[in-house]
Amino acid sequence: MNQTMTAPDPAMAPPGRETVVQVTDLRRRYGGSDGFEAVRGVSFSVGRGELFALLGTNGAGKTSTLELVEGLAVPSAGTIRVFGRDPYRERTAVRPRTGVMLQEGGFPADLTVAETARMWAGTLPRAHPVDHTLELVDLRHRARTQVKQLSGGERRRLDLAMAILGQPEVLFLDEPTTGLDPESRHNTWQLVRALLVDGITVLLTTHYLAEAAELADRLAIMHRGRIVTAGTVADVVAAHPARISFELPDGTSPTDVPTLPGIQPAPAGAAPRSGSRLTLYTDALQPALTALLGWANARGVELGGLDARAASLEEAFLAVAHSEDESMTGGTA
Amino acid sequence: MTAPAGATTGRSGMSGRLGLGGVSLRRIGALGRAEMILLLRNKTAATTALLLPLATVGLFSTFLEGDGHVSTGAFLATGMFGFVLLYVVYYNLVTTYVARREERVLKRLRTGVATDAEILIGAAVPALVLALTQTVLTVVAAMVFIDLPVPVNLPVLLLAMLAGCAIFVLLAAASSGFTRTVETAQLTTLPVLVISMIGSGVAGSVDAMPDTFATVCRMLPLTPVLDLVRLGWLGTTGAEAPRDFVGVLSEARQPAVIILLWLAVGVSAIRRWFRWDTRH
Repeated sequence: MNQTMTAPDPAMAPPGRETVVQVTDLRRRYGGSDGFEAVRGVSFSVGRGELFALLGTNGAGKTSTLELVEGLAVPSAGTIRVFGRDPYRERTAVRPRTGVMLQEGGFPADLTVAETARMWAGTLPRAHPVDHTLELVDLRHRARTQVKQLSGGERRRLDLAMAILGQPEVLFLDEPTTGLDPESRHNTWQLVRALLVDGITVLLTTHYLAEAAELADRLAIMHRGRIVTAGTVADVVAAHPARISFELPDGTSPTDVPTLPGIQPAPAGAAPRSGSRLTLYTDALQPALTALLGWANARGVELGGLDARAASLEEAFLAVAHSEDESMTGGTA
Repeated sequence: MTAPAGATTGRSGMSGRLGLGGVSLRRIGALGRAEMILLLRNKTAATTALLLPLATVGLFSTFLEGDGHVSTGAFLATGMFGFVLLYVVYYNLVTTYVARREERVLKRLRTGVATDAEILIGAAVPALVLALTQTVLTVVAAMVFIDLPVPVNLPVLLLAMLAGCAIFVLLAAASSGFTRTVETAQLTTLPVLVISMIGSGVAGSVDAMPDTFATVCRMLPLTPVLDLVRLGWLGTTGAEAPRDFVGVLSEARQPAVIILLWLAVGVSAIRRWFRWDTRH
């Protein structure tokens, strides 16, 4: 139905693609009617073969949202459809098609890796061969090791292996690379990319911006239970200014620097000055940089440590993290 | 598309109507095998499950005597059923459910294909296997070593044990909801353990108690189970002369009704108190 709207909602799957996950006006309140509302009206959808990332500060409601999509609890309000079905009430139909990785643990400490995998495989209708799956996450050599002797990163990889063991069509990954060393993280990304090539749909949460930038077709940044901004990385970043920073030359003060084209105030939470280093924000990077270099040339000074870059997810994320709740409500009150 | 063919051997039947999902023996088997490995790897739990019932009976044998038509040997042998239910099924399973919950294993399993009923039953498999094995061995040993008769009504004896297992699995799951750690299970299981020891005929015949006290004790969860065990095996709970296969059935009616009540209480208790996740 969103095809009929004039401007497509960036939180929704692109038109023409089969929708695998559809979340509408989702709310989750803990502890009764006057309890804490962790999810406050979240809507998004994920198309087949897409990777959709939920980003957000700690306590933004990412995990609370994901648990509802996984069908672990009933929302306080709103609807969720996975393959068009309610993941909680119609779990027997949905579960054989989903793979889940929780944020924390979930396997008995005294079982070995192989015993864990055999147990899990025994509950699945069509499991991959266990050895093959352990190989994919580079754990085959640890098959006879007890889970309690695995490192934190190895446990995450075991968890990922169990999530994909049942040949799922959609994967829900809650911070899949937290605690991994950089090499394992890249291996995990490679594995996820390979799964996407196979047409698997992925919904993941992360607080690594690079992970979202690297993997996500689309993403949403959550803050205090709401989606504040959503879309492709380019969409999300486009709203934020580029950044130019440099050391102020000796004998110049910030007021000596001319007003650059497209200059913007520093985003909330960003420090415009740190020591002698000055950071400026502009939504017209090339003209601003030209003007700045022209000025430096004319004065015969050198701009030490000059750094100019287009906005990245980090700017978008920080802007959201420091924004006040009131200015960010989606209009649903 | 419903559940893939071959995955679910059972239908949603009874457990489905209770809101616990269908039951597949293959999945229960996979979970049960893993639980058995875990039980045997946990020395404390394995010792409790394998030795404590027998040790308790040994201890009680030093001061207990039979009553009425039940000899001391018969009283202790049937009492063994009670200790097995209390230690192997109840206490052991409270610690198992708590340990799996705190390790987030229950939550993780719940993200998968296994239904709630399969997860709960799967975790109980080793306890049930050990409990049934120990009671079978008890019957055989008692017949061989202390000349107890062959059970008068074997179906009643078996049903009593199965019903007892069901009641104490349900009570264990409910009790785990009040238990934060494996260690505190020693405290939270005390009410059921102590009340059952005092009032259910493992440490003294219920028939020998004062009337009002006996009436209350007959309503406890373990009492009707032990009554049926004694009726099925010995043909009497003590006060009356032993009956035959058919005569036992009329005596069995009242305990059977109390058992059904406890099964209903147990199911509503887990739906109310059982927790799949650690506290937030």
